[in-house]
Amino acid sequence: MSCIITGIKELDQIKARYQQEMGGYDHQILLCAGAGCVSCDCYKVRDAVEEKLRDAGLEEKVRMLETGCIGTCALGPVLLLLPERIFYVKVTPENVGEILQSHLVEGAVLEKYTYRDTDGTYIPKIDQIPFFKEQYRIALRNCGVIEYASLESYIANGGYYAACKALTSMTDKEVVEEVKASGLRGRGGGGFPTGIKWEAGWKAPKGQKYFVCNADEGDPGAFMDRSVIEGDPHSLIEGMILGGYAIGATEGYIYIRAEYPIAIERLEEAIRQAKEHGLLGKGIFGSSFDFDLEIRIGAGAFVCGEETALIASIEGQRGEPRQKPPFPFERGLFDAPTIINNVETIANVPAIIGEGAAKFASVGTEKAKGTKVFALAGDIVNSGIIEVAIGTPMRKIIYDIGGGMIGGKAFKSVQVGGPSGGCITADSLDVPMDYDTLTALGAMMGSGGVIAMDENTCMVDTARFFMDFIQDESCGKCVACRVGTKRMLEYLERFTRGEGKESDIEELLALGEVIKDTAMCGLGQTAPNPILSTIRYFREEYEAHIREQRCPAGVCKELTVFAIDAEKCVGCTLCKKSCSVGAIFGERKVPHTIDPALCIGCGACRNTCKFGAIHPVRKERKEEGGLI
Amino acid sequence: MSHEEHKCEVCACEAAEREKYEQIAQVIESYKGKKGSLIMVLHAAQKIYGYLPLPLQEFIADHMRIPLSEVFGVVSFYSFFSTTPRGEHTIRVCMGTACYVRGADKLVDALEEKLDVKVGGVTADQKFTLEVARCIGACGLAPAVMVDDHVHKTLSPAALDDMLGQY
Repeated sequence: MSCIITGIKELDQIKARYQQEMGGYDHQILLCAGAGCVSCDCYKVRDAVEEKLRDAGLEEKVRMLETGCIGTCALGPVLLLLPERIFYVKVTPENVGEILQSHLVEGAVLEKYTYRDTDGTYIPKIDQIPFFKEQYRIALRNCGVIEYASLESYIANGGYYAACKALTSMTDKEVVEEVKASGLRGRGGGGFPTGIKWEAGWKAPKGQKYFVCNADEGDPGAFMDRSVIEGDPHSLIEGMILGGYAIGATEGYIYIRAEYPIAIERLEEAIRQAKEHGLLGKGIFGSSFDFDLEIRIGAGAFVCGEETALIASIEGQRGEPRQKPPFPFERGLFDAPTIINNVETIANVPAIIGEGAAKFASVGTEKAKGTKVFALAGDIVNSGIIEVAIGTPMRKIIYDIGGGMIGGKAFKSVQVGGPSGGCITADSLDVPMDYDTLTALGAMMGSGGVIAMDENTCMVDTARFFMDFIQDESCGKCVACRVGTKRMLEYLERFTRGEGKESDIEELLALGEVIKDTAMCGLGQTAPNPILSTIRYFREEYEAHIREQRCPAGVCKELTVFAIDAEKCVGCTLCKKSCSVGAIFGERKVPHTIDPALCIGCGACRNTCKFGAIHPVRKERKEEGGLI
Repeated sequence: MSHEEHKCEVCACEAAEREKYEQIAQVIESYKGKKGSLIMVLHAAQKIYGYLPLPLQEFIADHMRIPLSEVFGVVSFYSFFSTTPRGEHTIRVCMGTACYVRGADKLVDALEEKLDVKVGGVTADQKFTLEVARCIGACGLAPAVMVDDHVHKTLSPAALDDMLGQY
């Protein structure tokens, strides 16, 4: 069915029709079809659900809806059964029949397949699960709630009402003012106030202007933009309509990375639906405003997340940044005034216009309003996507929402903000996190990637990892970044081989400051951050590598062998089986030993030991009579 | 240069070759008048042809009226574009932070050994291209490997045979 939506009347009709249709079912089954669950074969679960509903004759009474990311990526595939709001996790095609039989036919919650907390208790109701309870969702308001593929579902949940309101009853200037009043700041990295950016776009001379969405989410450890696009593509489209209207742009581009095929597919379909219903194109909502959207697909270059490089890439050129000024709002895409915002920022806008700036500004801290989406990953129990009020301390995120560290290991550090960010230590876990506090701690909000690291992580190796990344992704245009990142990487590689010199740390700090001051774009200017931050908080670890040729965490293979604590070892033989080089000896029920001459320091044994009996020791070097 | 001149050197599949070039010409035609569409054309061309050899780059440059140097500059800049033939399937081991912290480097080592190929190379039977990726955004599923468009989650070296067996 296709109709042109010209105003609130049609929106109300679609909403009423959809709600009536859904009201006709006794139950709804929400199936998470975020990319995480898709790779957990959630479509096989979907097929099994359909089969079960058919077999049980429940098709008229129960409706299954495919939603976007619910957030708990580590627990997929997941099902949420409404109206009871029971959350079934790690569902398989094999057990789903049993779940539905019990829940739908017999009316009994099958607790053993519901969410289980770290202390072992089952929490069937989604609203009581700490992971969800502590969240506040604005950008993710529809993710995991609506059918991502259904325009009607989006509208029934309040979608496109904000665009309708703006285009039919607000001036462009009023939209700009509302966004300004909300205090929304860029969620992609810089944290620049969005309203002020839009005002600059609005003030730019009339004529061709562009509104661009940066969906080139390249920070390793960040996947919130992907979740928004996959789970709620119309929010992004509506936000872009509002942005285009506010600044006076009739054309918009969404630059999305090629690594996200599912997101691209869903976005293309949503744009097609919007065009079909007159929500994109000429005279939207009966106004005189025309707006069209086009998708541009990246080609695997991290630097294209930098706005001027992104512009070059949309223009079909090598993604090399340009000198600013001129800023994009003065001269951007095809030399026309251009405003660029990231996905999460834009997804907030319909909520701001729809419900008013004051409501949005009531959340967050004094200087940073609203919420922030974080992607939790690394050594954390509940990896996934969360959204919390800005100002929420990291402790709450890691422990209350994230469920703490995997295997109850000790927390060491959390890396925030990807390769441009830095780390936060246990001492700062209670600091309310906003843009400024994070910067003061030497990290940054960045795009919101949160990588938790446990005691078995080497911070020198982590810094080396980031530098390897940045060095590889440097576009090579300016010397500071092209040569500087390479030099920094060489220092770190020497450290991990035990070849560092006493003066190296100071040299590295000085080099880092020079790169910060002289690199041309944001990528280069922030490149030294992971090093500066880890030296700031874990200097003793650098010194252990340099002075003692020792890796305290037992990660740097060339400095490490493993040993078994005879008092803790029960002789279970698990480690012996895991050793690929046959370096572990011992009989069952007798403490084992590791031959340091054979051990390659891979750490496989430590990962398998359930008794914490295996620990790293310094590897003796050749000149000391050792083997390396 | 017209597309008739491009012949497949390995086998006598001229017709198939010509058809691919014709398809690519159509893609270029569909982007006509749209500014800055080179990257989109290259994506489509690589999908059709499998990779972007120099004669194909010349063909695209000709048809889009862009200097070949510019086309080559773009192809060589972006990691998604390949100038050498690719395996039937592309394996991308994610080496993003989350995957790295959870042991992605061990997956790379194991795949190199199992497939007897180095990162960036193609297996002898032309079945797989092995690459590492800079974060595929599946951090909640770390360590993850993407084969073509499909993400395989929380892998261990022991689980790789099972994954490869699916292709």
